[in-house]
Amino acid sequence: MLLNRLLSHDLPRSRWLALALLLVLLGLAFAPFLFPGSKALGVAAKILVFVLLVASYDLLLGYTGIVSFAHTMFFGIGAYGIAVASTRMGEGFAAVFVGLAVALALSLVLSLVIGLFSLRVKAIFYAMITLAVAAAFQTLASQLSDVTGGEDGLSFKNPEWLSPSFEPFENPVFGLLLDGKVFVYYLLFFAVLALFLLLLRIVNSPFGRVLQAIRENDFRAEAIGYRTVVYRTLSNVLSALFATVAGALLALWLRYTGPDTTLSFEIMLDILLIVVIGGMGTMYGAVIGSVLFVFAQNYLQDLLKVAGAALEGVPLLSQLVSPDRWLLWLGVLFVLSVYHFPTGVVGRLRLGALRK
Amino acid sequence: MTSFVLDLKGVHTHIGAYHILHGVDLQVPAGQVTMLLGRNGAGKTTTLRTIMGLWPASKGTVHFKGRQIGGQGGKEDQLATPEIAQLGIAYVPESMGIFTDLTVQENMVLAARAARRAEELDTTRLEWIFGLFPALKKFWLFPAGKLSGGQKQMLAVARAIVEPRELLLIDEPSKGLAPSIINNLIDAFRQLKGQSTTLLLVEQNFQMAKVLGDRVAVMDNGRVVHAGSMAELTEDEALQHRLLGLSLGVHQ
Amino acid sequence: MNTTALPAVTTAAAAIPKADFDWKPIALLFGVLLAGWPLIGSSSTWVTLSVAGLAMGLIIFIIASGLTLIFGLMDVLNFGHGVFIALGAFVATSVMTGMADWSTADSVGRNLVAVFIAMLAAMLAAGVLGLAFERIIVRPVYGQHLKQILITMGGMIVGEELIKVIWGPQQIALPLPETLRGSFFFGEASIEKYRVLATGIGLIVFGLLLYALNRTKVGLLIRAGVQDREMVESLGYRIRRLFVGVFVAGSALAGLGGVMWGLYQQSVTPQIGAQVNVLIFIVIIIGGLGSTLGCFVGALLVGLMANYTGYLAPKVALFSNIGLMVAILLWRPQGLYPVTNR
Repeated sequence: MLLNRLLSHDLPRSRWLALALLLVLLGLAFAPFLFPGSKALGVAAKILVFVLLVASYDLLLGYTGIVSFAHTMFFGIGAYGIAVASTRMGEGFAAVFVGLAVALALSLVLSLVIGLFSLRVKAIFYAMITLAVAAAFQTLASQLSDVTGGEDGLSFKNPEWLSPSFEPFENPVFGLLLDGKVFVYYLLFFAVLALFLLLLRIVNSPFGRVLQAIRENDFRAEAIGYRTVVYRTLSNVLSALFATVAGALLALWLRYTGPDTTLSFEIMLDILLIVVIGGMGTMYGAVIGSVLFVFAQNYLQDLLKVAGAALEGVPLLSQLVSPDRWLLWLGVLFVLSVYHFPTGVVGRLRLGALRK
Repeated sequence: MTSFVLDLKGVHTHIGAYHILHGVDLQVPAGQVTMLLGRNGAGKTTTLRTIMGLWPASKGTVHFKGRQIGGQGGKEDQLATPEIAQLGIAYVPESMGIFTDLTVQENMVLAARAARRAEELDTTRLEWIFGLFPALKKFWLFPAGKLSGGQKQMLAVARAIVEPRELLLIDEPSKGLAPSIINNLIDAFRQLKGQSTTLLLVEQNFQMAKVLGDRVAVMDNGRVVHAGSMAELTEDEALQHRLLGLSLGVHQ
Repeated sequence: MNTTALPAVTTAAAAIPKADFDWKPIALLFGVLLAGWPLIGSSSTWVTLSVAGLAMGLIIFIIASGLTLIFGLMDVLNFGHGVFIALGAFVATSVMTGMADWSTADSVGRNLVAVFIAMLAAMLAAGVLGLAFERIIVRPVYGQHLKQILITMGGMIVGEELIKVIWGPQQIALPLPETLRGSFFFGEASIEKYRVLATGIGLIVFGLLLYALNRTKVGLLIRAGVQDREMVESLGYRIRRLFVGVFVAGSALAGLGGVMWGLYQQSVTPQIGAQVNVLIFIVIIIGGLGSTLGCFVGALLVGLMANYTGYLAPKVALFSNIGLMVAILLWRPQGLYPVTNR
């Protein structure tokens, strides 16, 4: 069946999951028409970027079993690539292509170097080293203000067709006025969709299966004859490249890049939260998790406001449910997930389907 | 009628998905040296580790001096390794388990549960050990990692005997030792027997096994396939040949 | 027990030289110190910077020492170690504010007492949190490195947010008491008084740790357990009981380090844990996971480098840590003093 081949034979395997995924797909596909208003479209775009970012991280963590804290660095490289090129060369598709190409090349080299240098050592070492490298990169970006705009970041213009002022049609189509912003949105949508399907293809290929074998027992994999260093490095590189593209897409959407939109440690934590809660090693977990997370980020705070109003005046408790402390509750959920639901939401849904 | 210090009945051990011991029956009488023989992979090391509780028995029972220390009957019946050791069992693994960053002295102090410092070690016993293994006296303050393989083996055995124990489980004590030292070892074990210590030794060296062992148990494929007195085995050439397929006498 | 025979054993053995001690990393430390002198130029500045570097290094050592032992002994990497640092720092602010009459008094004695009580309170709070952390977060995932990294990080997030709940999310000042401000002057060299205090405390902690590890049976158990846990159990010691103790001690030390760091910066923020986290990871990687001496030398190197490069080439300063780590790993991939593991 065509659907089977499209999804590389990696079916949802649960009716609820399939339904959820379908809803998400349709929702994202028709978001500009269904949800007018810039906030809603912004949420949808954010979900798209996170899906790609987290799915690329799942390749590394869920399928290869490597914990890395440098993912946001590659995310940032992609975003800064577009921003710097557009600022230096002047806006336009040429700048976008050059920026993306340079960013991908830089990510390739960096991920290769980091991979070869540290993947020979224990996993713990690798995790700590990536933490240090990411921190250093973040500082670097803030320091090189002439190039990167420092703390303030860079604002730039998109190519003409992707600019909000671009309105090719006088009349609205299906109730929506088509402008550059809508075009950027659909660029994001189709890019993420294609790359996600590509990731599915990768993890379900023989290469992907070797990665999983390495994750389970690298000694045995090595004994059977697979050079684990090569596979791990490749996984590292692929993961970095996809994250770079995600960064480029984010930059195009925001028409702005700064240390806090891409490089901050908070974003790394967000990625971890999503991949664990969604379900490690499933790819679909990235989709479900991103949707849940972005909704939570925007609407959990409103929920907490309600609870806060009820506990107004109570000293410590009111602080606990303050909307600013939404990360606390997400953190608790994260800890519980790691221990009790290691397979995340997707795993749970699939387990439920099996029982029937 | 000798009582059994160690009694294994129908012991099965699984390590992950691997089923190593398939119902081991083993009785070790008190105050004697029992040799555990068999080829590589027969399950000798696994048996020792199961007794020590490092790999718990999944079925069957392990009794030490009449008290159950491992096996079936629920988790409460499986004692933890430290508790098993505290009952008076000393274990010397095949890898020796030497703490290479610690000095020889520190290794010995650690093995002597009653001693908090080097000064509290039993000097008479220590002199006896130095008599058996002079190298340990020579390298007393050296990090154990600097010792040769044979010297490490001496240290491993010395640790097991620094305090009197009821039962010694030793995995290949003569490995890597020069013949003169092996003689010292045999002498030491005989003296320990005189102190009413029971020994269960895994050995590949049949010549040494013949000299030292009172009883013998031969293992193959996770089971004990022959058990009896050593005298019976050494006299019966045909039996040796039958069990020779199991590598007896091949190694020196 | 016959004690007359034993001295003969030890004195005879004492006549044989002990096996060589690995001096190279310590030589490196002195090398960096000495190299700084001509590069900086002025002797007085060199003295000031060196003391600052050593003091900073000792504070980092206090924090990192617990972490490296916890990893070496329990094979647990606590990515949330930073939360103990933060808690210690914030508890100190409350204590110092609560004892304002003593901490702002014009008497050295009273100031010191206030600071020491703040330190004790911080250690106590961090130790208690450590107990809870070990039981709730760490114990369920013994032996599973991947989950450990994730769950301890989660624990730190929750901890940080809880700190924000109690103390608020903004930066709080932690001023030094009056008499501890300012500097001593040796000729032209100025040495901040607080840094002298920090150095003193750091050296005392180092000395106590060395004593505990090398002269007590518990220390012997820890050092052996770091190498081969299973063998220690086979010798009849319930080493798991030791785990909790080591974890709590490590957490308490981190709390102490948090107070000292906060006083060094004269302010604390809830992010202090995450910030210092990266630094201590670099230090324990440089030193060798599980090695106390390595951690000590590594911490001092990091402190010195940070201060020297901060003066000589400020732009490079922020990368001096990573550069140092890469350089040392190229020389010794397992760290300065690798701990040989089973």
